Amino acid sequence: MKKSIGVRIWRISIIAVVSFYLLMPLYAMFDFSTKQFGLGGKSRNLDSWRIIPSQPDLAIAITRSLLTALIVMALILFLIVPTAIWVHLKLPLLRRPFELLCLLPLAIPAIVIVVGIAPLYRWISINLTESPITLSGVYSMLILPYTYRSLSAALDAVDIHTLAEAARTLGASIGRVIFGIIMPTIKTGIINGSFIAIALVLGEYTISNILNYKTFQVVIAQIGRANGNVAVAVSLASLLFVLFLLLLIPNKKRLGTVLDVDVK
Amino acid sequence: MSSSPYVQLNNLAKHFGKVKALDGLSLDIAEGELVALLGPSGCGKTTALRALAGLQELDRGLMIVDGKDVTFQNANKRGMGMVFQAYSLFPHMTARDNVEYGLKLKAHRTSRDKRKARSNELLELVGLSTHANHYPHQLSGGQQQRIALARALAISPKVLLLDEPLSALDAKVRTQLREEIRRIQLELGTTTLFVTHDQEEALGIADRVGVMRNGQLEQIAAPDELYDRPGTAFVAEFVGLTNPISGVVSKGAIELLDSTVKVLKGSITIGQGIALVRPENIEVVASQSGNATVFSASFLGASCRLSITLNDGTRVTAQLPSSDAVGLSAGAPVKVSLLDRPVFVKPII
Ligand SMILES: Nc1ncnc2c1ncn2[C@@H]1O[C@H](COP(=O)(O)OP(=O)(O)O)[C@@H](O)[C@H]1O
Ligand SMILES: [Mg+2]
Repeated sequence: MKKSIGVRIWRISIIAVVSFYLLMPLYAMFDFSTKQFGLGGKSRNLDSWRIIPSQPDLAIAITRSLLTALIVMALILFLIVPTAIWVHLKLPLLRRPFELLCLLPLAIPAIVIVVGIAPLYRWISINLTESPITLSGVYSMLILPYTYRSLSAALDAVDIHTLAEAARTLGASIGRVIFGIIMPTIKTGIINGSFIAIALVLGEYTISNILNYKTFQVVIAQIGRANGNVAVAVSLASLLFVLFLLLLIPNKKRLGTVLDVDVK
Repeated sequence: MSSSPYVQLNNLAKHFGKVKALDGLSLDIAEGELVALLGPSGCGKTTALRALAGLQELDRGLMIVDGKDVTFQNANKRGMGMVFQAYSLFPHMTARDNVEYGLKLKAHRTSRDKRKARSNELLELVGLSTHANHYPHQLSGGQQQRIALARALAISPKVLLLDEPLSALDAKVRTQLREEIRRIQLELGTTTLFVTHDQEEALGIADRVGVMRNGQLEQIAAPDELYDRPGTAFVAEFVGLTNPISGVVSKGAIELLDSTVKVLKGSITIGQGIALVRPENIEVVASQSGNATVFSASFLGASCRLSITLNDGTRVTAQLPSSDAVGLSAGAPVKVSLLDRPVFVKPII
């Protein structure tokens, strides 16, 4: 008993330290966003938060970035995940080369990628569309290292070969095996991979800025040049929004398992 | 019913690199029969089973099921029910959903009501009606295998294929489930191929046992015949225990341990050879002027196993009813002879 109290104290202090470390910057952001500089000196108010909705381009940039994230997500679900499954299931010899390929975006600096990809995007914006949503193409490549790793780990954690063969003998087509059996089985891996991807897409600045697309981060930077407080307020708001999303999904899943157990 | 076998595997061959996993395997299974494929690890049992399921392409060979050539048919069209070693249940589905899975697919599509009735029936059959809404991770290993069996049977498979379905379970559950598989198989009359490396399992469950070696069928026979009349030295040694004792063969009999017994077909026909004698075919009686002494004795319940040192120094193992072993403790002088049962004799090298 004594020992367990000791353990608990340890745990609480570790959680406290980590929370402090993680929450301090958020608090600092909030603090900064409510401070008014100049005239009144110490006055504090929520003005910078209040004027967020009236910022030019902001709403549209958020919509665009979210839409881009959504498209990237769809690409993950219908292209990257099935491909990863296929490689694991049927092409074991291609696993290493594929992994290496997926790691390339980490090894190549974003700047270099932009330089390489700029002519393509120039062509796209002249001949097809100027919409920043086309960025989902380059983004779905940038996210590969993270997404593929988390998928690969999830695929290694279960015996997908046996599951696939069991489903096959019961009459399932290859498509059904991938979408109906294996994807639900590695759901957690897919969710994790997608979240990293979304966070990356919503936070990406270098490429969209250089290619001259007004995405969320680019607009925040713009606002920041005009008014630092508002920019920080917007950043904090977006951070909280993503945090909210992150907390929401695993909880829902946990809730699901709890319900399953009780149903029996 | 036609006279040709329900399942015919003809001359199946498959190699992986230099390894010949199947090397001309031929096997017939009658309708409603349970055949066990027995053999050491790596002899090609799984490959054979997977080939019949359509999960393994072959280099050559012919597979006929129910009068149809299925050699090139896809796995999802064959209607084979397969039970794997372990971890084959779909983890995101309840036990019932697992059982009903095949019935939702095009190949075996069944209306919702009939599906429900069928899964109830099968869950009942495997004794897990109360666990219908459990997820695989909430079931024990034995329960998972029962559900896997129910799932495979749900589609009324042409052939039920079991690949070492009990090997991941502990001993007690293993025998229990083995008997249950047999009961269900007899009840439904499902033609079944059961793969195992455990001879006790094979002999205990099957109508016929096929012993495999290096990708070929060495011998196939009813369990008692396989045990009493092995056709090759490999079968004699792989199935059950044997004592290698040398003796001289002539005129279809071998002389050893002061006894003369017939030799089985396939044995050497003349000269010095090594007889493979079953422990329970060795007779042991206490005798001061005997030809051996008891080295050690272990009590197994109904029977007793004796390790005996012959006067020439060879050690043999005998097994006799405990009642006959009274007083035969370590050091006791005994006379050892053979019961009059035919024995397999292999050449010396
Ligand atoms: N997919 C494969 N790739 C390479 N070798 C294989 C493969 N499957 C089986 N083998 C080899 O073929 C032989 C027979 O394997 P298997 O049929 O699994 O034997 P068993 O089930 O009797 O233990 C083994 O030597 C095994 O290593
Ligand atoms: Mg095997």
